[in-house]
Amino acid sequence: MKNEMSKEMSLRSLFDKLWDNHVVVNETRETPAILYIDLHLVHEVTSPQAFSVLADRNLNVRRPDLTIATLDHSTPTSPPKPNGELAYATPQAKRQVDRLIKNCAHHKIRLLGLGDPRRGIVHVIGPELGLTQPGKTIVCGDSHTSTHGAFGALAFGIGTTEVGHVLATQCVLQRKPKSMRVTFDGVLPAGVTAKDMALFMIAEIGASGGQGYAIEFAGDAVRALSMDGRMTLCNMSIEAGARFGMIAPDQTTIDYLQNREQAPQGAAWERAVRSWRTLPSDDGAVFDKEIEIDASKIRPMITYGVSPDAAAAVDAAPPPAGSHAERLALEYMEIAPERPFSATEVDRVFIGSCTNSRLSDLREAADIMRGRKVKVGVVALIVPGSVAIKRKAEAEGLDKIFIAAGAEWREPGCSMCIAMNGDQGAPGELVVSTSNRNFVGRQGKGVRTVLASPATAAASAIEGRIADPRNYYSNKMEQADVA
Amino acid sequence: MSLEPIQKLISRTIVLRQENIDTDQIIPARFLTTTTRKGLGTSVFFDWRYNAEGRLRNDSPLDGFNPAEYKILVAGSNFGCGSSREHAPWALADFGFRAIISSDIADIFKSNALKNGLLPLEVDDKTHRRLLASPGEEISVDLVSQTVRFGEEGWQTVFRVDPFARRCMLDGVDPLGHLINQLAVIEKYEEDRRGF
Repeated sequence: MKNEMSKEMSLRSLFDKLWDNHVVVNETRETPAILYIDLHLVHEVTSPQAFSVLADRNLNVRRPDLTIATLDHSTPTSPPKPNGELAYATPQAKRQVDRLIKNCAHHKIRLLGLGDPRRGIVHVIGPELGLTQPGKTIVCGDSHTSTHGAFGALAFGIGTTEVGHVLATQCVLQRKPKSMRVTFDGVLPAGVTAKDMALFMIAEIGASGGQGYAIEFAGDAVRALSMDGRMTLCNMSIEAGARFGMIAPDQTTIDYLQNREQAPQGAAWERAVRSWRTLPSDDGAVFDKEIEIDASKIRPMITYGVSPDAAAAVDAAPPPAGSHAERLALEYMEIAPERPFSATEVDRVFIGSCTNSRLSDLREAADIMRGRKVKVGVVALIVPGSVAIKRKAEAEGLDKIFIAAGAEWREPGCSMCIAMNGDQGAPGELVVSTSNRNFVGRQGKGVRTVLASPATAAASAIEGRIADPRNYYSNKMEQADVA
Repeated sequence: MSLEPIQKLISRTIVLRQENIDTDQIIPARFLTTTTRKGLGTSVFFDWRYNAEGRLRNDSPLDGFNPAEYKILVAGSNFGCGSSREHAPWALADFGFRAIISSDIADIFKSNALKNGLLPLEVDDKTHRRLLASPGEEISVDLVSQTVRFGEEGWQTVFRVDPFARRCMLDGVDPLGHLINQLAVIEKYEEDRRGF
């Protein structure tokens, strides 16, 4: 009995292994653990006050070599003016961008800034450059940092004070959260994507169902996802309240990383791959909570309320409001309960964000828009996640498909996901958005946000109302997200 | 930055009953282009408090009070969900709040609040319901005994708070100072890892 107990204790999950490898000082009842950070990603919005703390206390950035910065949140996505100037939303937005440029120069931090072909949304470029790797701890002053967990990394969002802690010491104070495994068994139906898996799970467990947990996503349907799909799924962990979401590394992860600019090369690559192979959860590892979802039952999902857990299948209707809050949410959304979603008219469509702006997302949207027109009166904005993705999409001619359909093809950035760079909807407008949050006013004051996959967003742009992407799928689409 | 130590807080409450109040409601993204921590208080819950012309409507539960007497915000469950913006606790603290009470407060917000002298207090559902139902109630928060007390009936309950954060607040311990004191251990960790 005793032996069995200790055997069970020694079986560790992916999360346990990542955690154990980075503990500098163990957690006690009195103090949190000191956790070492391998990669610190920095952007313009959540860093200026952290750099000010360093200046006030006369501290340096301890490991600029483990820190990398980019510009994405306040950065314009419209083309530069004829004189080369960028169209900032406000002078203050420009000051914030200038401040990061100055802070990075002063502290010798690599900045993938304006004009850099590697610039992009912070959670897009880390993986794209091969900086995001299995086994690493990764933080950023941004709640969607869990995106990087798709590679089998321990990645989580932190506040600005903690950004200062990491800049100064390369460590954070953190208590170990509980563990949860969400297993998606079965095969996703055609036209159903990682985004639909994420929304389905959030509807199942609720917007705070993952609070206090680190989630590992597992199961055949997760293994079958491309890295882009895995990033979409891990990205949305925080919408269920979980700061950490992760997927064990496998051959898909390794194939993605091989020969990336910042990935290890030669003998170092072989060593890295060997160590990555030891990371998956041991058979029999115990989780504090287990959730099982049958992937074959998931349909394209949309949100109908003002919290990401108010999600349902696109071919259904919103359930009757059960509470006062749900009634208010439906009123705000101007969505009538029990009336099919397809009756809801769309004003604007946004395809982009750290959730869904990668090449496979753009291909998914382009496959639907090819040879079709965006409904008259609907504004469709396509915002690639990085300069590299933009160029690759253009090399494939995706930009031409979008422009021919009547959509706008923009420069990379966070854009309408957070709506702080001037890209936003007008009061009362309904936006079908591939981003991650449908909060009241998130995409502009009075704007109504419906979250969806790129396929659903593209179909909705064509029809001018919430639309089911499965109507557009021919047989060839079955391979879209399974590569 | 060391915080002003706090042991006891006696104040009236402002109540926002809504569940899932996200940090976009607390401080909309368009105010995040600031490069300082100060001055966000006037914009806290901006879209709940101001009309389309940007004038204070004065019909929100947050307005029409002397902030010096109302330092405690009681809110619906899952308060502070969404974006990790520390601007949310900065704005609430700048507005005058020293404590937030809910049944359940989002992780990142809780962590951020504790670093800014804003106490996030999680109480049991029964106490939470009772507090939601009585805006303006004077309540007493004691961080030493971890208790909240209020009402003529002498309602008393224990709240949950991280022991380290509690010590930081009680004694003015600075978390960054705590980390800097461990730099030798951090360097040792780096050396050990280089070796393998």
